[in-house]
Amino acid sequence: MNATIDYKKSVIDAIIAGLMALILFGPVVGVVLQGYSFNTEFDRVGWMVAIVAIGRFAISSFLQSNKGKEMVFKHSSGDDAGVVVKAPGHKSNMVWIIPVVILIGLLIPFIASKYVLTVIILGLIYVLLGLGLNIVVGLAGLLDLGFVGFYAIGAYGLALGYEYLGLGFWSMLPIAAILAAFAGAILGFPVLRMHGDYLAIVTLGFGEIIRLILNNWADVTHGPNGVSAPLPSLFGLEFKRRSSEGTPFHEFFNLDYNSGFKYMFIYMILFVVVLLVLHVKQRLVKMPIGRAWEALREDEIACRSLGLNHVLVKLSAFMMGAAVAGIAGVFFATYQGFVNPSSFTFMESALILAIVVLGGMGSTLGVVIAAFFLTVAPELLREFAEYRILMFGILMVVMMIWKPRGLVRVTRTGFATRKGVLK
Amino acid sequence: MDIVLQQLVNGLTLGSVYGLIAIGYTMVYGIIGMINFAHGDVYMVSAYITAIVVALLSFFGIESFPIIIIGTLFITIAITGAYGWAIEQIAYRPLRNSGRLSALISAIGMSLILQNYVQISQGARQQGIPTMLTGAVRFDIGDGFVQITYMKLVILLVAFLGMGTLTYIIHKTKLGRMCRATQQDRKMASILGINTDRIISIVFVIGASMAALAGVLITLDYGAFDFYVGFIIGIKAFTAAVLGGIGSLPGAMLGGIILGVSESLFAGLISSDYKDVFSFSLLVIILIFRPSGLLGKPEVEKV
Repeated sequence: MNATIDYKKSVIDAIIAGLMALILFGPVVGVVLQGYSFNTEFDRVGWMVAIVAIGRFAISSFLQSNKGKEMVFKHSSGDDAGVVVKAPGHKSNMVWIIPVVILIGLLIPFIASKYVLTVIILGLIYVLLGLGLNIVVGLAGLLDLGFVGFYAIGAYGLALGYEYLGLGFWSMLPIAAILAAFAGAILGFPVLRMHGDYLAIVTLGFGEIIRLILNNWADVTHGPNGVSAPLPSLFGLEFKRRSSEGTPFHEFFNLDYNSGFKYMFIYMILFVVVLLVLHVKQRLVKMPIGRAWEALREDEIACRSLGLNHVLVKLSAFMMGAAVAGIAGVFFATYQGFVNPSSFTFMESALILAIVVLGGMGSTLGVVIAAFFLTVAPELLREFAEYRILMFGILMVVMMIWKPRGLVRVTRTGFATRKGVLK
Repeated sequence: MDIVLQQLVNGLTLGSVYGLIAIGYTMVYGIIGMINFAHGDVYMVSAYITAIVVALLSFFGIESFPIIIIGTLFITIAITGAYGWAIEQIAYRPLRNSGRLSALISAIGMSLILQNYVQISQGARQQGIPTMLTGAVRFDIGDGFVQITYMKLVILLVAFLGMGTLTYIIHKTKLGRMCRATQQDRKMASILGINTDRIISIVFVIGASMAALAGVLITLDYGAFDFYVGFIIGIKAFTAAVLGGIGSLPGAMLGGIILGVSESLFAGLISSDYKDVFSFSLLVIILIFRPSGLLGKPEVEKV
């Protein structure tokens, strides 16, 4: 089959798209409000219309070629299998990479500058958040748009727990996880019985409720001014210049005070926690509960017919994700030394969702890479900062159309009965 | 007493606007079963277009209020409708056969795109338009009074006209019959010769037009807006749609009015800081106890 490209059709498509772009962009881009008056910026409209028309022409011609037709056919013939199953007993020959990564991870704080280290810490916090949301969205297929609410519970848990109860970093770490999971249970239990779409909106509402309460309940949370959060301590040694009780870390070891020490310490704990969460997640996926999550995601009615309690299975995923977000929140609070409600807007939830979408639903490696990419790239490209959200949006739409399962394919080793167990 | 009545009046106008936006959610959900997450941002775009059209009209020396409001309504609805159409073409049509999760994530992406697009092209600062219609009707009640501004009367009038026209279109015209058929059974409708893809596009355009109607009315009354207004009002309109029963057209209007009135009463009598918390909590509570809403039919899952 040899396709001839009908350029006349492409030109007509391009003209229609260009006219449409003129209607859409003309007023909003071309006329910039200035008080009650306006300025005109028609050159911008011209550029955008030209880009749309040329782009439409290119797409239209491409889709008529053999390759394009193939792509359309592939796309419309339905979703390709999501998971690549390897033969039973398959061992990856990339195992050596794990100790290498761990070694590099442990060396980073000693070679990186303070600024680089803070960026990496932020990246790791988003890795945690991405992993948590990946359990909920990627594995269990529940769209949670209020994930940032659990993150806020962790962060404010540390800050308020320190202020009112005198609890430090180490005691808050498990408590925050439990608190967040508990909040997840209260929210999830009634909602998870219903169809998935409602969950998205309810969790979105929940995230906003948390933020609004943090903002408005000024007697307790100090409203928009925020609360300061404590630093972690190493067996009672603090990382401040002067300590109110006991000796600070640098005096104990006879070192000069360096504000980088606290980041090194936070990094070390965070790195270990991320490794732990990664390990737990890898194990969970292989356990019956993890398989139940994925099975429910693929076909809920079939699972319920087979006797799975769908509410409890979903709830376990929801709580697990919330707990991870709570832990990430504690790290965020201690890393910033300060929390306020503006860190927990819907945009944050959207960013975490973008990480999961880009990394691939259910893929661990993909999420780790995506988390670093999406947090480090904006640091490097500061002049494009205002386009960041736009990029996330385009990323989500394009990924859903082009590769809804994410960039990194999920692989798993198949199962076979052992010899002598079953015949 | 006068406070309650005053808040009732305010709530009624607010609620009729929520109802207009809720129509977009409910019709789209009814026809393709997805939450059009970008709908609130379509409203936001229409607010900007309103201000731009008003600025352009005054630039050309048009000062009379009736001409301004009618001109703004027509132009804004046309352009916002084009936005609705384009959004459906770009973000939802290629995903017609994918899962619900994909469509929802794509919708969230579209919402982010619209917000950031407006922020970049118009600037992040708050925008406003001048007040054009002043004056109010006043009723004395006991030792207090209830006041209805002329603008609020215009809002009520136009909103109910809009809803009435839409109800007429859906229930009496051929186009409306095609919409209802597509909503009931898309496959069967397309077998019977209805171009369901076109109907879906039209539903998006109708939803966007209703949001534009709301955008014009609220912007002319309230004056100030920024690129973030669509988010909160979007969730509230969705709450209204769920309250009335998602998929049901009269439900959306009823839900909007109930939400608007109860929110105004809460703000006036209890606390205005927590009125958004009240609306979101209401959403959670309705979904827990009556997920099919007041006028909706319970969703039956079939294999």
